[in-house]
Amino acid sequence: MTDQDVSPRLESPDSAGRDGTVPDRYVRPHGVHPDLASPAYRSTGRRAPSQPLVPLAQRLTEITGPLYGEDRVTESDADLTRQHDGEPLGQRIVVHGRVLDSDGRAVSNTLVEVWQANAAGRYRHVVDNWPAPLDPNFSGGGRVVTGPDGSYRFTTIQPGAYPWGNHPNAWRPAHIHFSLFGRAFTQRLVTQMYFPGDPLLAYDPIYQSVPEQARERLVSTFDWDATQPDWALGFRFDIVLRGAAATPTEEPHDD
Amino acid sequence: MMTDAAPTTPTTPTLPTTPALPALTPSQTVGPFLHIILPWPDGPEVVPPETPGRIVIRGRVLDGDGAGLADAMVETWQADPDGRFAHPDDPRGASASAMAGFRGFGRAATASDGGYAIATVKPGRLPDGAGREEAPHLDVSVFARGLLDRVVTRIYFADEAEVNAADPVLRSLPDASRRDTLIAVAEPGGYRFDIRLQGDRETVFFDV
Repeated sequence: MTDQDVSPRLESPDSAGRDGTVPDRYVRPHGVHPDLASPAYRSTGRRAPSQPLVPLAQRLTEITGPLYGEDRVTESDADLTRQHDGEPLGQRIVVHGRVLDSDGRAVSNTLVEVWQANAAGRYRHVVDNWPAPLDPNFSGGGRVVTGPDGSYRFTTIQPGAYPWGNHPNAWRPAHIHFSLFGRAFTQRLVTQMYFPGDPLLAYDPIYQSVPEQARERLVSTFDWDATQPDWALGFRFDIVLRGAAATPTEEPHDD
Repeated sequence: MMTDAAPTTPTTPTLPTTPALPALTPSQTVGPFLHIILPWPDGPEVVPPETPGRIVIRGRVLDGDGAGLADAMVETWQADPDGRFAHPDDPRGASASAMAGFRGFGRAATASDGGYAIATVKPGRLPDGAGREEAPHLDVSVFARGLLDRVVTRIYFADEAEVNAADPVLRSLPDASRRDTLIAVAEPGGYRFDIRLQGDRETVFFDV
């Protein structure tokens, strides 16, 4: 089903140590994800848990997960510019990349869901009512499935920046939301892709909530090779999910 | 950055070494607009409506003020009633469920009052990797505006008191007084499980 054939480290019901511990199948990220309590992002104030997280051993429920693929996708899902009778306004772009794990293995045949604002920076959503136009030809949602090498690709339009109420004159940098399953509950990831050179990144508390050494991983790169003549600009965004815990990673241990 | 970025001229000589492994991608909040694509019409249906033993787990996702989150999403993942997963990484072997239409996965966006509902069946017990059993449970992810990463919890069942008492996760909680935040209580048609993100009776969240 995929080219990842790593033997699960939970080998048998008796593989655990005498103290009942179970070795981690998946690496635990350090210095990668934002702190849940990030006061500059105001909505964390009454929503981020105040108690410390409790370590959970990675047992059967954690090393398995839903394996969604093409059963959840139709052809038009991968081209957000072809979901209506007319074409949406804005700069047409191709976004592509690979989904890997932190051992460098491709994560194949896995569902990737994306959503975004339109070219004017407005979401087709009932709670987004700032005075920018909706585009009757743009819904802003897409789904793709990774290929055997973990690659994915979709066509859309460049989303606009938009204001939000976090602080005076707050603007979110242009971004595309990504949701990924991987192959295990432990690998589940929701993130956002940004665009290179965006001056708003320096002012955005959501982007800035990521530890400094990991932030740029959320910024796509302009991709000349993926840019299609007379058609669309190309951007590349690779996504790396948690891999085997046995492999040392280059993550700095700053905790 | 990714290893396949455009080549650049090294500024310092590099010794032969193993190739750098790709660096993990950070999480970001799901934001308030997840409804554009994430809810599926059949998302809350872990099992088809006519399934024998079907239960509905209902609850609310609440913030530190006790207010319901109108823009959260709850996802669940679980074994089938026989304690099996149709997944190649289960060391006992992938096992297609004997239950027709069993998906194992549920996804429900919250309503305006923070309410969610997942229709499923109670999972079986699982070997815990140390010669004992885990009590029936669902793994849960909660996504919302204001959560920069998902938060993870577990749903156990109040009417499994004996096996809950032996469950390695419930037994090892640092603060036993918070154990009840992980236990769904029976109600007509199923169970109730509220998720309190913060404050009084804050739900136990796990670092998985």
